[in-house]
Amino acid sequence: MPGLNEPSSRRVLMQGNIAAAEGAIRAGCRFFAGYPITPSSEIMVQMAKLLGSNDGRFIQMEDEIASICAVIGASGSGVKAMTATSGPGFSLMQEALGYGYFTETPMVLVNVQRAGPGTGQATHVGQGDVMQARYGTHGDVFPIALCPASVQEMYDLTIRAFNLSERFRVPTFVMADEAVGHLREPCALHGGFEIEHRNRHGEGAPFGSDAPDGVPPMPAFGDGKKLMVTGSTHNPEGFRKVDDPEIHDALVTRLMRKTEDHRGEIVEVEEFFLDDAEVAFFAYGISARTALAAARRLRKMGVRAGLLRTKTLWPFPEEAVAQLGRRVRAIVVPELNKGMFAGVCRAHAAAEVHSVTQTNGKTIEPGRLVTFVQEVLK
Amino acid sequence: MTRAMEKYLRGGLGGTAFCPGCGHGILLGALLRAVDRIGIHQDDLLFVSGIGCAAWIPSPNIGADTLHTLHGRAVAFATGAKIASPKMTTIVVSGDGDISSIGGNHLIHAARRDTDLTVICANNQIYGMTGGQTACTTPVGARTATDPAGNPHRPFDLCQLVIGAGARYAARYPITRPPMLVDAIEKAIRTPGFTFVEAISPCPTQFGRRNDTPDVGDLYEKVEALCIDRENAESMTFDERLKHFVIGEFRP
Repeated sequence: MPGLNEPSSRRVLMQGNIAAAEGAIRAGCRFFAGYPITPSSEIMVQMAKLLGSNDGRFIQMEDEIASICAVIGASGSGVKAMTATSGPGFSLMQEALGYGYFTETPMVLVNVQRAGPGTGQATHVGQGDVMQARYGTHGDVFPIALCPASVQEMYDLTIRAFNLSERFRVPTFVMADEAVGHLREPCALHGGFEIEHRNRHGEGAPFGSDAPDGVPPMPAFGDGKKLMVTGSTHNPEGFRKVDDPEIHDALVTRLMRKTEDHRGEIVEVEEFFLDDAEVAFFAYGISARTALAAARRLRKMGVRAGLLRTKTLWPFPEEAVAQLGRRVRAIVVPELNKGMFAGVCRAHAAAEVHSVTQTNGKTIEPGRLVTFVQEVLK
Repeated sequence: MTRAMEKYLRGGLGGTAFCPGCGHGILLGALLRAVDRIGIHQDDLLFVSGIGCAAWIPSPNIGADTLHTLHGRAVAFATGAKIASPKMTTIVVSGDGDISSIGGNHLIHAARRDTDLTVICANNQIYGMTGGQTACTTPVGARTATDPAGNPHRPFDLCQLVIGAGARYAARYPITRPPMLVDAIEKAIRTPGFTFVEAISPCPTQFGRRNDTPDVGDLYEKVEALCIDRENAESMTFDERLKHFVIGEFRP
């Protein structure tokens, strides 16, 4: 299989979930812990295969809670680690994701979203976990969440997720969806990436930093640093400080700044036909492909439609959306939930924001968006 | 604790957070003596704990890598850490509620997988940190904050539980018999694969106070009086065994 050891620019037909696993290996992931769940299981199966032939460690845990905890433990041992899951598993992992955030543990989680809530429709597509990625765990957290719209991006953004996670010591999510995860299309397992590694041997306390980027060095277990890792409030050395108001505030604030002050480095958007657009879609994941098809059809019909596609869900592309709101008359947000990101758009865009929602386990048909825009512009 | 063990303690500590009469300090001493006997270098030791009083036995007290995790999940964290870094001697130390109630599933699966971990469960038979609620290890009839009239349910036999799941070594001793505890912990760490030591570590503050033994000395004497060697317990009925601490090595 190409790409397993040698990167190649040759494009081969591949499933999205497989591409995510290939990207993880390319990024240097050498540990996977997981629990089977549709529609993400292909990632786990592929990781079992790839880690076996790349000197990695794979373990099938007893549930999703154990899986994410094992990932955090492995990352603490200095190994790039990941898991993959879908809605119900993502829910089970939320407590530990907050722990991983508060202990500044690099890790990657691929969530292949299915139609929820509840067990929902396990084999059908949804985008209903996008707010959970941001607010799912308790307390103030500022994780990073990326959103692929193609098989190629399952590969590329999984690599990017590892890079960002290592760079900032922040748990990073690849918020895929069932449609992209199970899509088969050409994908190049290329090597055109710089690979980031955590600052393992740097000087300074492991849980505090005066550096401008606020990212402390992260020694591994066994490096002789006598680490104290705790999910309780801690000082820069790691000592629990559960009654000190200043230490708690300083810690929560520094962790926020790691993500919020680096929006320029983290946020990626892509523009289509926006130069003269009077109406624009704002979309992500599989729904962005629907929106692009609709924008093209509208252009052919003489409607000046465009698309702002975000590859980053969190931090939210506030600046790009605010700018879009100044450029167009109306923004249309198609998504496979009841309007989660339309609401976020409204908070940042001056233009009118229209929500197109679909929660039937199917992707939106471009024709529906074309008709919708025609109505908006009437 | 003898001064000889101080080399294993983290610098800058003013003392432990344990209540007067808590057994966890004795368990900490037993654990360090076992480590000292084996001669493991501190840089090769990883201690993983969950949430609760016993989770504070290693963290921050021991001068080695310590991973203080979520309630119930210490064994799962330790599994990932150990597999990713096999050179580390990885020891889980946590309480009965943490390891066997909220974390019970992780415990049995780690035993089944035979991951090379030593799990030391400090069993104080109650939820201490949160104010004396009934645990899955509370004896029948014992009074707790949530069972003021007495606990109606039977406690787990944790050693039998992990043996059923495949543990390579399982032993139970009270902190009133430190030499036996040191021996058991040493054997557990030396034995490859999943090993388990249950340390009966009474809680004067939450358990003793509610169960007619507010005095620490009385509580320790009561524990001693309830201890019975496994050989002598064989002739007992199941219900009689439940009223005692059956102590000894249960596997191998």
